[in-house]
Amino acid sequence: MPNSLSGETFAVGASSDDALSEKSVGIVTPMLLHFDEALNLVCGKTLQQYDIVYETYGELNATGSNAILICHALSGDHHAAGYHAEQDDKPGWWNSCIGPGKPIDTNHFYVVSLNNLGGCNGSTGPKAVNPETGELYGPDFPIVTVKDWVESQARLADVLGIQVWAAVVGGSLGGMQALRWSLDYPERVKHAVVIASAPKLSAQNIAFNEIARKAITSDPDFHDGHYYRYDTVPAKGLMLARMIGHITYLSDASMGEKFGREMKASEFNFGYGVEFEVESYLNYQGERFSKTFDANTYLLMTRALDYFDPAVDFGSSLEDALKRATCAYFVVSFSSDWRFSPERSEQLVEAMVKAGKPVSYASIEAPHGHDAFLIPSPRYMDVFSAYMMRVAEEVNADAG
Amino acid sequence: MRADLNVIEPWINPGTQVLDLGCGDGTLLAYLQEKKQVLGYGLEIGADAITSCLRKGVNVIEQNLDSKGLANFADQQFDTVIMTQALQAIRRPDVMLDQMLRLGRQGIVTFPNFGHWRCRHYLLWKGKMPMSKSLPYTWYNTPNIHLCTFKDFEALCQAKNIRILNRMVVNDQFEQSGFSQMWPNLFAQFAVYRIARF
Repeated sequence: MPNSLSGETFAVGASSDDALSEKSVGIVTPMLLHFDEALNLVCGKTLQQYDIVYETYGELNATGSNAILICHALSGDHHAAGYHAEQDDKPGWWNSCIGPGKPIDTNHFYVVSLNNLGGCNGSTGPKAVNPETGELYGPDFPIVTVKDWVESQARLADVLGIQVWAAVVGGSLGGMQALRWSLDYPERVKHAVVIASAPKLSAQNIAFNEIARKAITSDPDFHDGHYYRYDTVPAKGLMLARMIGHITYLSDASMGEKFGREMKASEFNFGYGVEFEVESYLNYQGERFSKTFDANTYLLMTRALDYFDPAVDFGSSLEDALKRATCAYFVVSFSSDWRFSPERSEQLVEAMVKAGKPVSYASIEAPHGHDAFLIPSPRYMDVFSAYMMRVAEEVNADAG
Repeated sequence: MRADLNVIEPWINPGTQVLDLGCGDGTLLAYLQEKKQVLGYGLEIGADAITSCLRKGVNVIEQNLDSKGLANFADQQFDTVIMTQALQAIRRPDVMLDQMLRLGRQGIVTFPNFGHWRCRHYLLWKGKMPMSKSLPYTWYNTPNIHLCTFKDFEALCQAKNIRILNRMVVNDQFEQSGFSQMWPNLFAQFAVYRIARF
């Protein structure tokens, strides 16, 4: 199961707890909710019915005021923390930050994490059966946007009895969902935590996404997205897409430190096979990803990223868009993240201050590139914990 | 409680927006949030100080004044811009004053008085750069690269057409003792100035 941007093999300092550790939420079981109420999407199409798969950690308090929504990034899913079985070798993708005594402390909070619509890990997406045709959706699954996800998440909240989130939290594309929540449902969000994210993609960001999509769609096994019919998958294309994406999640320094120019053999082969360690690593990551992730979902997620620009709905001014928000924001960036650089987070912070919204911002010195948001580096954990403790105190003050 | 809080508080109107440049652990902003329900933002670069602000529920923005400046904030965005005990550590205090009054309708500045008799005495008799409890650094590693006297500061304000609305001169306990009121530039250790544009 894909459980981090670049996989735990690269996660320096990844938490070492296991399913039975007191710092783990332990064994968790995904749940599935079926929705029959039609969802009108931004693209103009409608999902008549859909499923959402999700997990929860911790206990919802009597007033329902201690709920935290976790929004996942491009290749994430509902399995954010804990283990599905004792023998699992890997926990959920944000296990380092969710659990007892961790920044999102399950001793205080009730945490909800879902697989977004269009995903490939249980929620309705291209791999699901289209009830109108009886066949798999494939490329006919409508493109969903961040705004649609927020809408579907709000419906999930309704069912779970959560009127107001104590916080909506996400990194990268997840941070965009947190931001969108604060604009679409201002009255339902107390805090929005936006980590390693951006107010919209840059031309360079979109360009990388386009290369990834081209890699997939030009694979002969893609069959215009109908590859399921041919009992195949565009594995080579998806692998290539992942390799490109992966480079943008790391930093030059972190790749240099891990691989340098290390070679698998002691001499050059004078050929084009895999000779450098970094090639081997990228190939391994890409191949592994291509076996677990769905290519149509990858296309959809990158498009959702491209389209994200909440300012457009509010006269193209981010500052004007933010005026409707009533939450407090916490924005975090990482020094070596060049996919969504600190400057992109600072644009958000600037607009939030200009809109007169409460906002705190931490710019973390970290060598891991964009992936830093998944890696529990000490200062990141300090500021994240400090902010979430404040959220917990507010919840307790309201309850008491 | 920090002594300068009492001096500053009466100058802040309830419910206004305050920017604290170099806000430290957020004590002043937390105080003003509680007493005056201000919407406050603090700029800070110290990691521990930032964490303290976050714990207190003070809005803190990690931003280096010297390298990034204040260009990311809009004209007259704040009612009050405060800088306590940091003006002397800024690369260009004169530019900083301009910036403070660009962003805010009023500015509040506190700094140590280098014209205090003990400094003068130290330099006169020892012939070395003064060191004291409030100025504990040696000349080569001090963050205080632009120390000045009250007279220096007031001359700068005059040259820049900045109006001094109030001046509170105090000793190191932030008390207004007799001598310090009569001959401030000689006997007062700190000043809190409230400034604005004409």
